[in-house]
Amino acid sequence: MHHEAPLYTLFGLTFNLANVLMITVTSVIVFVIAVLATRNLAMKPTGMQNFLEWVMDFVKGIIKSNMDWKTGGRFHMLGMTLIMYIFVANMLGLPFSVVIDNKLWWKSPTADPVVTLTLATMVVALSHYYGIKLNGFKEYAKGFVSPMPILFPLKIIEEFANTLTLGLRLYGNIFAGEILLALLAGSLATGVGGTIAAIIPTIAWQGFSIFVGAIQAFIFTMLTMVYMAHKVSHDH
Amino acid sequence: MFVLGAGGHGFNGGDIAFQLVMFLLLMFLLRKYAFGPLMGVMKQREEHIANEIEQAEKHHQEAKKLAEEQRELMKKSRQEAQALIEEARKLGEEQKEQIIQAARQEAERLKEAAKKEIAQEKEQAMAALRQQVASLSVLIASKVIEKELSEQDQAKLISEYIQEVGESR
Repeated sequence: MHHEAPLYTLFGLTFNLANVLMITVTSVIVFVIAVLATRNLAMKPTGMQNFLEWVMDFVKGIIKSNMDWKTGGRFHMLGMTLIMYIFVANMLGLPFSVVIDNKLWWKSPTADPVVTLTLATMVVALSHYYGIKLNGFKEYAKGFVSPMPILFPLKIIEEFANTLTLGLRLYGNIFAGEILLALLAGSLATGVGGTIAAIIPTIAWQGFSIFVGAIQAFIFTMLTMVYMAHKVSHDH
Repeated sequence: MFVLGAGGHGFNGGDIAFQLVMFLLLMFLLRKYAFGPLMGVMKQREEHIANEIEQAEKHHQEAKKLAEEQRELMKKSRQEAQALIEEARKLGEEQKEQIIQAARQEAERLKEAAKKEIAQEKEQAMAALRQQVASLSVLIASKVIEKELSEQDQAKLISEYIQEVGESR
């Protein structure tokens, strides 16, 4: 069960080559889907364009439920990229995983806490950046001591907690899904009887994982916008 | 964090950097090649629809105005026609009255003329008759009496008689 990671060190930085591979694959897939969908843009949308427009409207809805569109419009691209990237990333580990020389190469990139926490930290950092940019430093700093100065330590903890929970929620869900799939496929499916017994729960769990992956992509985007709104909006 | 990792060995600084760069690059590329144009089209469509709706509203308004105008015209022309008919009827009535009046007058006049003529005729006949009778009577009387009376006396006598005859009649 426990696989090694293909590590590689360059310029003092340690790369997990599996992560590098999967991040690249995910990005390429997202980009190809988006470009294919928007290749023949028309006023009367058809097929893939319809789908992508639906995603646009969906993300727009998420943003609009947290802040007014005038402030939130600038996060549209971020939300779109996040939801598509995370959804595709979650799906990648479902059909199979590739292990070469006891080294795990093919998996969901979001099944690695480094990746998810990077995304989470980026989002929280962006929320701080936009909080200062849109409201000014004074207003931003006031957010830490309102409604009462005594809450200051809690506010500080909240920022870290937000980052951790945002990243680890995604990681936990996807990693757990892959673990169970690996267990079902690798450990239970030994011999004819085991394989037959493993078919039904594997299919069921894969279906459920698709659901979980979609939900997690939605939740990540939603929480991103919630944190953004918290920093950006004026009435806090 | 590293305990949680599937194969966490040391600090994967490279992964973090790579993920960040890839994500930002992806976002940039998507904005440039996919979502930007898509958003443009969506915005364009929004404007197009708004335009169409506006146009439709304008047309609707225009049509309403035209219909109102048409109705007004219709009403006016109907009223005019009514007035014309009324006038014609009145004129006809007047003419009828005039014609009847004229006819009546004409008839009256004709009747009057006829009456006058009849009276004249009667008078003439009467005078002629009187003369005839007088001369006849003179003839008869002269035959009967023969010279007993002068002609003058006789004429006087006869005219008296005839007078009496005319009165008793």
